[in-house]
Amino acid sequence: MQSLVIVAHGSHLNPGSSAPTYDHADTIRATGAFDEVKTGFWKEEPHFREVLRTVEGDEVYVVPLFVSEGYFTEQVIPRELRLDGWDVSEWNSDGLSADQATLVAEDIDSEVHYCGPVGTHRAMTDVIVRRAESVTGDPDVGEGFGLAVVGHGTERNENSAKAVEYHADRIRDRDRFDEVEALYMDEDPEVDDLPEFFESEDVVLVPLFIADGYHTQEDIPEDVGLCEDHALGYDVPTDVDGTRIWYAGAVGTEPLMADVILERAADAGADLGAALDDVRETTRVATGD
Amino acid sequence: MGETTADGSRDDDHDGPDIDLPSDAFDAVLDAVDGLDPDERLHFEGFSVAGESDDGGYVLDPTGDSDDSRTGLSERDLHAALAERAPRVTDWYLFERVVGEFGPRRAFLRWIEDADGATVASRYAALAAGIERDWGQLKITATVTDRGERRYDVRHADDADTPADELDAYEDPLDARDLVTFDGNGRYRPLKTAPSLAGGWVFPELGPRAVYELVETVYPATIVNWHREREGELDVTHWRETMARQSGIYGVVKTWDRGEGYEHVNWVAEACCDDSQCLKRREWEYDDETELDVDGGSGVFPCREPCSVVVSAARKWTRLESEQPRTYQFELTPSEKAQVEAIIDAVADGRIDDIREADTKEGANRYRARFLRAKLFDDEGNLGGVPTEPESEDAE
Repeated sequence: MQSLVIVAHGSHLNPGSSAPTYDHADTIRATGAFDEVKTGFWKEEPHFREVLRTVEGDEVYVVPLFVSEGYFTEQVIPRELRLDGWDVSEWNSDGLSADQATLVAEDIDSEVHYCGPVGTHRAMTDVIVRRAESVTGDPDVGEGFGLAVVGHGTERNENSAKAVEYHADRIRDRDRFDEVEALYMDEDPEVDDLPEFFESEDVVLVPLFIADGYHTQEDIPEDVGLCEDHALGYDVPTDVDGTRIWYAGAVGTEPLMADVILERAADAGADLGAALDDVRETTRVATGD
Repeated sequence: MGETTADGSRDDDHDGPDIDLPSDAFDAVLDAVDGLDPDERLHFEGFSVAGESDDGGYVLDPTGDSDDSRTGLSERDLHAALAERAPRVTDWYLFERVVGEFGPRRAFLRWIEDADGATVASRYAALAAGIERDWGQLKITATVTDRGERRYDVRHADDADTPADELDAYEDPLDARDLVTFDGNGRYRPLKTAPSLAGGWVFPELGPRAVYELVETVYPATIVNWHREREGELDVTHWRETMARQSGIYGVVKTWDRGEGYEHVNWVAEACCDDSQCLKRREWEYDDETELDVDGGSGVFPCREPCSVVVSAARKWTRLESEQPRTYQFELTPSEKAQVEAIIDAVADGRIDDIREADTKEGANRYRARFLRAKLFDDEGNLGGVPTEPESEDAE
């Protein structure tokens, strides 16, 4: 029996924090690739500490719904899941390349496959592009557009910026958008000065965050100048200093994220059948004709 | 309601509702008998069935030493015999084939109808009338169909007497994720086991696997922990161990234990873990040698370690409690002191919304509170005109 466990941060304050986790779990559940799909949280229930005991299967894949390698994926989750003998060297990662580690979870006294975070997977690049398609309503968006991938920055974790740069580089290499830049909230180049970094009239701004919350709904819109007060809202697109900014909100809410979760499990050995193709098809942006 | 007799006679089955033997249950019996070793029997309550090695027929034996065995049964004969015992066959089919092996689910569904205590006949009779169980604020009513299948009606306990057609009906247990997100006032519920579940909905016809999933959605991990506790295997992690494990912004909490007692943890438990705040029964203590002095509550499912809400609050209290007390001097009338106490009580007990607009007898009444503020606060919001940080004023 094959089980998927998606672990995410959750929130004591923001009721929408868990919504993407549940949505992607539902998408994956509908493919039938796993006998069960469970969700566990740091700030909600079931907690990381107790989620594994709710799992019935014997082939268990744990995928962290986090944007980068760091404190949560390297310390908190393995500790709270009680992965016996965990050491970050199990991943042998340069900050972007964590794939999976197979360890005994003491809580259930059986092996689980602990996967790298979704945010650093190569398939995440496609989700960022898909997010740009979603927010513009154009499945072919690119020509005449700039793309800004925005991350938190290195204040707490240098890998956070690595993930943003990694995807920005990959998208730039595709020559699809006229310009692609990696911008940050708390370091240079700062998202506050977005129009200075682009010549294009239209720029899609995709924050590399899992869920919409304080950073994506309040901080970034106000810092970028989409609005003076987030409570009053903003238009998409909004003109800021001559640049039309298409603000996408957290990339983690994009339905194609379910694909990255599946890719992580597949890389760790999960048998997915046609689920990857199913998810890529069912989450596509409608062409409108 | 009769007891099953030693020979497992069919009459007992007829004390309860009339049950037809569905073909899927009968087929499952045939499959199970086919898979038996030569000396094995398939056991039901009060009788057993086996295949006959020589002619492919079946034998049906009552349990015990009785010699009233029926041998040489054809498949048709066996079907007739099992149909006469349909409650006990469908009960076997439910628990051995439908419910599945997963221990917590099986134990929970058996607990609902006391399947490890009561006979099939008495259970089917009780199910015909509806067996009610409480789980937190949930009311679960189990019934049986005329095919021996279980059906579960789940709703908020406060809606127990509300006709189902006056409630919003749901089928998919995962829909409960939306029902548990906000309380009756539309406020986010960060703790699923807080006694603030909103009502107005019903899952009227869940099957056995779905009712388990629903309860685990409304109250995550409560069945698995209840099951571990029943098996004597609940892994309790006490306060000290839990706080010692914390890191990052929560690492500071371990500095709150200074070997000067555990009174602060009593206060935390009284603040957060009382039955009025959380329906789990607190089983964790200060450490494995030191029990807290406050009651752990009477919930049916246990709490095995301080939760994330408690850890987050403890982080705040660790900082606040590191401050040294000071003496502030200002005057209150006796009624004003009592009013301050009444306001704290009203907030702590969540009664603010219950205090009527014009009920000025209540100390926590809004007009009363506004009057107190108008009289006692200075322009900077200082109670009694006394600065909170006196030295900062001196510094200017």
